Amino acid sequence: MTVKTEAPPVPAAMTRPPQANAKKTSWTGLWFVLPFAAFYALFLVYPTFLGLYYSFTDKSLTGRAASWIGLENWAEAFGDERAWAALKNTAVFTLWSTPILVILAIVFALLVHRARKMGWFLRMAFFAPFVVPVSVVTMVWTWIYQPDGGLLNHYLQLFGIQDASTPQIWLQGENGIAMWSVVITTVWWTLGFNFLLYLAALQTIDPNVYEASSIDGANWWQQLRSITLPLLNRTTAMVITLQLIASLRIFDQMYIMTGGGPNRETEVAIHYIYIAGFEGFRIGYASALSYVLFVLILVVSVFQFRLFSRKED
Amino acid sequence: MRNHPSPPGSISRRALLTGTAAAAGVGLAGCGSITGGLSGRTRVKQWNLLAGGDGAIMTEMHGDFSAEHPDVELQATTFGWGTPFYTRLVMGASSGNASDIATIHLSRLKSLSPGTLMDPIGVDELKDHGLNPEDFPEKIWEKAFADDELYAIPLDTHALVNYYNKDVCGQVGALNPDGTLLVTDGVEEYFDLLRAVKEVTGEFGTSLDTFGGWRQFWAWYRQQDGEMTFADGDYEMDDDKALAAIEIMYKMAEEGLCPTFADGGQCSANFETGAAGLVQVGNWEINRFKLFNPDNPEWFSMTEMPSFYNGNRYTQGDCHSFVLPRHNSWDPDVREAALEYAAYMLQHSFRWGEGGGHTPAYLPVTESAEYQALQPNAEYSGVVQNVQFDPDAWFSGSAARLFDETGSIFNQVYALAMTPEDALALMKERIETLLALPSPVD
Repeated sequence: MTVKTEAPPVPAAMTRPPQANAKKTSWTGLWFVLPFAAFYALFLVYPTFLGLYYSFTDKSLTGRAASWIGLENWAEAFGDERAWAALKNTAVFTLWSTPILVILAIVFALLVHRARKMGWFLRMAFFAPFVVPVSVVTMVWTWIYQPDGGLLNHYLQLFGIQDASTPQIWLQGENGIAMWSVVITTVWWTLGFNFLLYLAALQTIDPNVYEASSIDGANWWQQLRSITLPLLNRTTAMVITLQLIASLRIFDQMYIMTGGGPNRETEVAIHYIYIAGFEGFRIGYASALSYVLFVLILVVSVFQFRLFSRKED
Repeated sequence: MRNHPSPPGSISRRALLTGTAAAAGVGLAGCGSITGGLSGRTRVKQWNLLAGGDGAIMTEMHGDFSAEHPDVELQATTFGWGTPFYTRLVMGASSGNASDIATIHLSRLKSLSPGTLMDPIGVDELKDHGLNPEDFPEKIWEKAFADDELYAIPLDTHALVNYYNKDVCGQVGALNPDGTLLVTDGVEEYFDLLRAVKEVTGEFGTSLDTFGGWRQFWAWYRQQDGEMTFADGDYEMDDDKALAAIEIMYKMAEEGLCPTFADGGQCSANFETGAAGLVQVGNWEINRFKLFNPDNPEWFSMTEMPSFYNGNRYTQGDCHSFVLPRHNSWDPDVREAALEYAAYMLQHSFRWGEGGGHTPAYLPVTESAEYQALQPNAEYSGVVQNVQFDPDAWFSGSAARLFDETGSIFNQVYALAMTPEDALALMKERIETLLALPSPVD
C-alpha cells in the first residue's frame, strides 16, 4: 500500500487540510483488511490470550465454575514427569525426522531438476503424498505395518529376512521401532513440501553461473558444493525452521497410528496436552502445558533462525 | 492405535454414507438448535459412537423410525468410538450446543459430569412415552441415576462373549451333540481346548483384541471375585488375583494360543480367515461375522465367556444408553420428539438384539417368546446376569482413562514385551497417578 505523504499544491480556497485527504486513503485500505483481521482476532488472538488466562485457573471442560489458582498449574507442569517424557519424545521425533526431511528433499529436488524427461511425473510423484489427508496416510501405513499380513512383513518374509512365526510388531515396537515407523510415514507424507521449496529455489539459480564455472573446469561435485548449496542457503534456513516447527507439533500420526504406545514411548507433547485437556477435562492445566510447548517452539525457532541468518552474513 | 471397533463389514458402507450425509446435513444446517427448518418438521439431532457393525443396524432402525414418523427429521451422526466421541459430546454440552440426544456407555455417566453437562429426564416424561421403570432390569436402572436424578435411558447390555467356528470346533470334538460348545472349567481345561484348535488352524487357538486388554483383565479378575474400589484418593485391589489374570494373557500369548498383537479389526479378521477357531470379543461383532459368509451365516455361534475360576462365567460389559445433553433452552417439541425417538428404539430393540448382538435392556422385548427363541442370542443370554461393570470412579468406564492406560500395559503383556509382575507394578503406578489427579466432576 502506498500512501502519498507529499502534499500537493493546495488552492487557497480549499478549507480542508490536505493531510485529512491522505488519512482517508489509508482508512479505506483498512476496510479491506478488516474481514481477515476480525477473523484473526476472533479465532487466533482471542483464544491465545484466553488460553493464557485459563492456565492460571482450574477451568474444567465440565463447565463447573473456574477459580483463580495462580501458578499452581505451572508448578504442576514443571514437576510432571509424564509431561517431560512427552517433551523428550517430541524432541526425539524432531531430531530423527528433521535431518531426513531436509536432506532427502534436497536430493530429490536435485534429481528432478536434472531430469530431462518425465520431470513432470517425478514432480508429481514426490509431491502427491503431501496432498493426501492424514487419516488416509495413516490408514494406509497402518496396513503396511500390520504384523500379520501387512505389506512390510510380507516382503521381509518373502525375502527370508524375517521368520514368519515371529512377525515384527512395528507400531507398538519397543526401543524406538514404533518411533521410527512413524518417522518413515511422516517422511513419505511430508517430504513433498520441502522438495517443492527446494525445486523452486533451484530454478531461480541463473544457468549462466553454471556455464561460467564449467568453462573454468568445475565438475558436477564442485558445482554442487560451491554454487548450488550456497545459493540454496536461504531456502535451507527456511525449510529447517518450518520443519522444526512442524516436527515439534507432531500429533496426528502418533495419535492415530501408535496411540502413544508402546508404553508411552511415542506419547508426544501435544498428545499429552490432549489427554490432560480432553480426557481429563482439565482445560486449565492443558493450557499451561500448551504454553510451555509454545515457549519452547518459539525459543528453538528464534535461536535456529538467528544461527542461520548470522551464517549468511 | 486405540481399541477401536473393527472396521465394519460391507453393509456398513451404507452406514458410512448415511453418516457422512448426516454429518454434511448438520454442517449445512448450521450449529443452532433450529426446529423445523424448511420442511416444517421437528428436527432431532442424534450423536452416537456406534462405528462398528452395530452402527449399520442402528442406521437401519433409524430408517424405520423416520418412515413411521414423517413429522420428525432425525439427523444422526456417528463419531469415532471412544475418546473422539466423548470429547465432542462434552465440548458440545459444555456450550449447550450438543445434539438433542446422544448415546453413551452407562459406565461413563458419572465421568460426564451429569450435573453440569446433561439434562435430567423426568420419570413421568418416560411414562408418557410408554417406558416404565419396571421395564428395565433393576441393576441397570439404578445405574442410570446420578444424585437421585435420572439421566440415562438404557438401551442394551453388551459384553465380551466367546464366538466359535462350528466347523473347526467340530473337528477337535469340542462340540456337544446339539452343536454347542463344550463347557470347560478352569484355565487349563480351556487352554487344552485352545491347543487342540491351534492344531487345526495352524495359527492361533483364539483371537482377541490385544488393545482392549482391560476387558479381558476385568472378566478374569472378577471371575476370581476380585474387588477393585476407589475411595478418598485410595484404592483397594487384590494383587494376587490381578497377577493371575495378567498371567493368563502372558501364557496364552507365549504359547501362541492367541495373537501377540491384534487391534479390533485384526482380532475379528483372525476369526473370519480361520487363523483362529474362537474369538473373545464383544457381542457387537455378530453382524460382521454373519455378513462375512452371507451364504452360510450360521458358520459360527456364540456362547458366554469360559469359566476360568470358581465356576464363574463373569464377563466385562457395559450398557449403551441415551442421554439428553444439556441445552441452553429446550424447544418442547424437540424434547418430545427426542424422547419419542428413544422410546421407539427401545420398543423396537428386538432388531438391535438380533442384528447388533446386544441384549436389549427393555424387558418387554427380552422377555418376549420371539426373543427367547432367537439364535445364537439365546445361547449367550446368561451374560446379562454375569456381566461385570467397570469399577466406580471418574476415570473408569468404557474408553475412559483406566481402560486406555491399563490397556496399553496389557498390550505389552500380550506382545511378551512385559512380564506380568512388571505389568502389575506399572498398573498400580498408573492407578495411583490417576487417583492423584483432581477429580473434574466433584
